[in-house]
Amino acid sequence: MTLDKLKPGEQAIIRAVRGDGALRLRLLDMGLIPRTRLTYRKAAPLGDPIEIHIRGYELTLRLAEARNIEVEKIEHNEAEAGV
Amino acid sequence: MNRNLVFALVGNQNCGKTTLFNVLTGSNQHVGNFPGVTVEQKSGVVRSVKNRTVTVVDLPGIYSLRPYSMEEIVARDFILSEKPDGIINIVDATNIERNLYLTLQLLELRVPTVIALNMMDEVRANGGTIDIKALSTALGVPVVPISAIKGEGVSELVDRAIEVASQGILPAVWDFCGEDSPVHRCIHAVVHVIEDHAQRAGISPRFCATKLIEGDGGAMAGRLELDQNEIELIEHCIKEMEAETRFDRNEALADMRYAFIEKVVSQTVVKPKESREHRRSLAIDRVLTGKYTAIPVFLAVMFLVFWLTFNVIGSGLSELLSLGIEKLTEIADAALISYGINDVVRGLIVEGIFAGVGSVLSFLPIIVTLFFFLSILEDTGYMARVAFIMDKPLRKLGLSGRSFVPMLMGFGCTVPALMATRTLSSERDRRMTIMLTPYMSCSAKIPIYAVFSAAFFPKHAALVMIGLYVTGIVLGVAAACVLKNTVFSGQPVPFVMELPNYRLPSIKSVALLLWDKAKDFIQRAFSIIFLATIVIWFLQTFDTRLNVVEDSSRSLLAGVGKLLAPLFVPAGFGDWRAVTSLISGFTAKEAVVSTLSVLTGNTSAAELKGALPGMFTPLSAFSFLLFTLLYTPCVAAVAAIRRELGSRLWMLWVVLAQCATAWVVSTVVYQIGKRLPAFGVPGYIILAVFIVAVAAGFVWLANRSRGDVYAVAEPKGEASLSAKPKRKRGGCH
Repeated sequence: MTLDKLKPGEQAIIRAVRGDGALRLRLLDMGLIPRTRLTYRKAAPLGDPIEIHIRGYELTLRLAEARNIEVEKIEHNEAEAGV
Repeated sequence: MNRNLVFALVGNQNCGKTTLFNVLTGSNQHVGNFPGVTVEQKSGVVRSVKNRTVTVVDLPGIYSLRPYSMEEIVARDFILSEKPDGIINIVDATNIERNLYLTLQLLELRVPTVIALNMMDEVRANGGTIDIKALSTALGVPVVPISAIKGEGVSELVDRAIEVASQGILPAVWDFCGEDSPVHRCIHAVVHVIEDHAQRAGISPRFCATKLIEGDGGAMAGRLELDQNEIELIEHCIKEMEAETRFDRNEALADMRYAFIEKVVSQTVVKPKESREHRRSLAIDRVLTGKYTAIPVFLAVMFLVFWLTFNVIGSGLSELLSLGIEKLTEIADAALISYGINDVVRGLIVEGIFAGVGSVLSFLPIIVTLFFFLSILEDTGYMARVAFIMDKPLRKLGLSGRSFVPMLMGFGCTVPALMATRTLSSERDRRMTIMLTPYMSCSAKIPIYAVFSAAFFPKHAALVMIGLYVTGIVLGVAAACVLKNTVFSGQPVPFVMELPNYRLPSIKSVALLLWDKAKDFIQRAFSIIFLATIVIWFLQTFDTRLNVVEDSSRSLLAGVGKLLAPLFVPAGFGDWRAVTSLISGFTAKEAVVSTLSVLTGNTSAAELKGALPGMFTPLSAFSFLLFTLLYTPCVAAVAAIRRELGSRLWMLWVVLAQCATAWVVSTVVYQIGKRLPAFGVPGYIILAVFIVAVAAGFVWLANRSRGDVYAVAEPKGEASLSAKPKRKRGGCH
């Protein structure tokens, strides 16, 4: 699934970062690289952009950008255990 | 004598870089909690060092050394071309992973470097620890824990920085790739190929190698003067690595850096479970960016800021200042009379300079008050949330959420609104916002609307007012769509932005900002506005033979008004007095009313109200109001446009485009209205609907063609992106 499909509070691990050009590089620079774990916080009141928690800070990006990020959801108990 | 040293201050956005800069230099650089406040580089001399001159250059906050955003190019070029003696890399200890990502790239540059580990107090207060010694060993550079806000550790930082720079101590570690990994092999192979070239160019081979692997748009290959063979060899190495790691080149390098960081952090940092500041931020965000609360809270905050600025504090102070200026003018006038100064010279000083500059200066309290509130919103971190909340609607116009606040401020006064665009990190968004802000009807136009409404539409004053504001907004939206598809076509900037923790603003930082803005404004009032008021005064006072006129209707200005009047016959107000008042409205919009009063021989607004129906019909009055809504901003705003866009040509373009729009709209409305059988309030509604429809048609047309334009426009967008940094670079020298 892609990052934009997550629901508030859900955690996931990044599998791939697609897209091209400056945007993709920017995502990589901000620490969105495969294997990284993130938490989906919320969408803005109008539904876009979204806010995620990654590497200890809050990051906002647009849905269009989030669609480029392939993630794998972590089940809640698994996440609690700190896998 | 000791050698003088130059340091570059480098770090992420929101890591306290500018705070440290202020502590080091005592300069009045603004500190913001909004990503991307520093656009230009500022430098200052470190105060505490006495035996030599140590200069610190505050580079833009960046996340990486890639050459694709303006900030990164400025920072990178400074380090590569200006060759500072050392780098002070400021790292936010509360967000250490992402901050170290930039650090690793800086270390590859092989320049004497010191790491300032900021916000250590916050880490400690939350029960976290960082093994400074181990971190320093792992990174191969001195690490000094500091708290920039409290000024702790700063003198040690300066000592260590001077030590490494004066002795030329290079970072001891620069190899971050795991032993014998494919990335390691690739980097070392590339280093081997280019080593000689890099040494000739005076850049670290390691840095060149990673930039070549990352692609870099060919810039590095050109800089090193690589030949075709070498380029192909490098490409071969990279392909091999990509095949082995199954990552593409950029992913592989980012992964290498983050893997190294994770290892270092796991060995040296004991993270607090969750910091108090972060928990607090999340709690605040539940309300401030919550699904149902965000927009009401935002509107309430904006209303409060506006109300306090324009109705309570700012306007009160403004009146006081006006009174002060008036008194001063009287005293000066009396003094000039008693010294028997020539009447014309006295007129120039009192009616020209004092009145002109004075009327502009009376804006100062409003501007300072507005900036006081805005800087608090910015420093607390709320502005980043506003961008988050408002991004979606603004994106439709080709802007991003960050443009919202400046445009909103345009309803108050265009000048501070334009100054506030500095907080936009994207140059494209900034220029576009500057060009759209004049469509937001500023508060100085309210007296004009009020007088005309009272004279012509007493029963529907509110409707007319709202209609004018809405017309401005709709046309602004239409203009945005046109601009988006023409001048600013191409990719909008990605919106990947940090939402920093909420922090209490420091009083010092706010005070420094206010002083900066006030100084800026006063300087402008005494330069360009000073000149403009003299010109207008001259035109008002003299006739064509350079004789002083007794009757204002014979002045040069009236002459110009009469000359231009026929132009406005199609719009319904060919009366020379109306046109002249519009010209003097260029100095300040309130002047439209005062000039009309003078030219019609009335002294008060109440009297003027009685005289207006002789000059206008309700329809032509409405057309006149539309024109005042849309035509060129006042001289103070135009000066701000010139300054913020950095070009006279662009300024002229904005002024002409505004005037042309105003003329077309008012003419169309007048011509159609004239042909409507019974023109009354229903007529206005029909006209308003018509304007909205035309604008919407524009938007539709612009968006329809977007599909075709987009494909063609993309390279153009890129071209302009790469052209901008060049201009900026020129400006830095």
